Amino acid sequence: MRDFSYFRADNIEAARNAAALPGAMLLAGGTTLVDLAKCGVAEPATVIDISHIEGLNAIDASADRALIGALAKMSHVADNAEVKSFFPAVSEALWQAASAQLRNMATIGGNLMQRTRCPYFRDPANFPACNKREPGSGCSAIGGVTRGHAVLGVSEACIATYPGDLAVALVAFDAEVDLGERKLKVEDFFLAPGATAEQEHDIRPGEVITAIEIPGSAAARRSTYMKVRDRQSYEFAAASAAVGLELEGDGRTIRDIRVALGGVATKPWRARAVEDALKGKALDEATIREASELAMEGAVDHGANHYKIALAPRVIARAILKLGETA
Amino acid sequence: MTSQIIIDPPEDGHFRNGLAANGSTPSPTTLSLHLTINGQTHALDIEPRVTLLDALRERLHLTGTKKGCDQGQCGACTVHVDGERVLACLTMAAQVEGRSITTIEGLADEDGTLHAVQAAFLEHDAFQCGYCTPGQIMSAVACIREGHAGSDEEIREYMAGNLCRCGAYPNIVAAVRQAAQELRS
Repeated sequence: MRDFSYFRADNIEAARNAAALPGAMLLAGGTTLVDLAKCGVAEPATVIDISHIEGLNAIDASADRALIGALAKMSHVADNAEVKSFFPAVSEALWQAASAQLRNMATIGGNLMQRTRCPYFRDPANFPACNKREPGSGCSAIGGVTRGHAVLGVSEACIATYPGDLAVALVAFDAEVDLGERKLKVEDFFLAPGATAEQEHDIRPGEVITAIEIPGSAAARRSTYMKVRDRQSYEFAAASAAVGLELEGDGRTIRDIRVALGGVATKPWRARAVEDALKGKALDEATIREASELAMEGAVDHGANHYKIALAPRVIARAILKLGETA
Repeated sequence: MTSQIIIDPPEDGHFRNGLAANGSTPSPTTLSLHLTINGQTHALDIEPRVTLLDALRERLHLTGTKKGCDQGQCGACTVHVDGERVLACLTMAAQVEGRSITTIEGLADEDGTLHAVQAAFLEHDAFQCGYCTPGQIMSAVACIREGHAGSDEEIREYMAGNLCRCGAYPNIVAAVRQAAQELRS
């Protein structure tokens, strides 16, 4: 790891000033930054430690909304009683991510800034070509080992999968990220690679995430996060789905449904085609399975990740059917 | 080290590490820190890039905390910061100044009486080579305290961040189950 200068910010204004400097990177939980610094991917000139700023870790959740401070730890949000009651998919996405130790370290704001686990991105010594690290250098994954790579939102510049879980649930329920001067939909905060794979987030120098806000809804209250992976725990998703469901008074017609996907796309992926196909329809298995296939419209595989195109719709369908069984 | 509020960042974009606010000015590449580990305060002069794991092992010679993968994937370096389990390999030493750190060396009573989790690991033979064991034990102590050791399934889920390449998992689960019962009663 290259050495850097270290500075501790005591308040958000200080953090914003410091974040505007060239070569400065913010340190919250450290689970992404320290890891990537060890890989040689992140080479900050200055590390701005924001973990000691007070008052940024509050969790205020009710049926109406959840307001979560950027420095709240993943574990604390996952275990919060109101989050579990009113936003179960958020809690489930959190406790199924990483390990207990990492969840005690990683913050909600830092989680949104998590980088891809693409093994080519993470290995600059062996794979100099990576448009995310070095714009214009090429993509080592295309033509390489692609089992974990994305099938949705890919471009000729990059096929790296967005690895997180929380943001998938946030996108499903129209959460916003608070950047101080600006508030953005989490869905818009994440950028698909296009021709500019190096830009993963709509965040500008000097901006610091201070909170996320999730509007409450009946669908958020009846929601789940289903994560399918190579081993049962402590693994990134092969495919995952955050799903929320609201039924009409007849108990079988779908009034509102939310579907977002993880593990298969270059950003947290809202599957609106599935939602539109199911609104107003009866909650039956054949209808759900047929609609779930719509999530894969436009999917492009690179060989070894072809299985995701078959897997993801099944994960969506299973998640919806599971919700249908709950009262 | 005295932290300070950044109002006017330096023009070249590089903060000087010394933070001369308290009058003593370490060299630009050194931080002077005080870390509280197992109830004792230690003074350290280190480079900013030093992790808590390397500070514990290489500077303070507290080698009970193990270095496995050194990239946040194996759990061998698990310690407690303010009572919560974290990975020392992904924690910067500078970041935990002012926090209370507990390592495996700080777990037993001063008279040498083992913590219930340590005793349960011995009783259930919950290890083979032993390299992951300090991390397993620190993780288990926190797992029980969090209330995440209510069933074997829950223990497996919430201990998933600690890998054991010898495969002692059934015995680890048994040890955690027993210690959880003892600590609850």
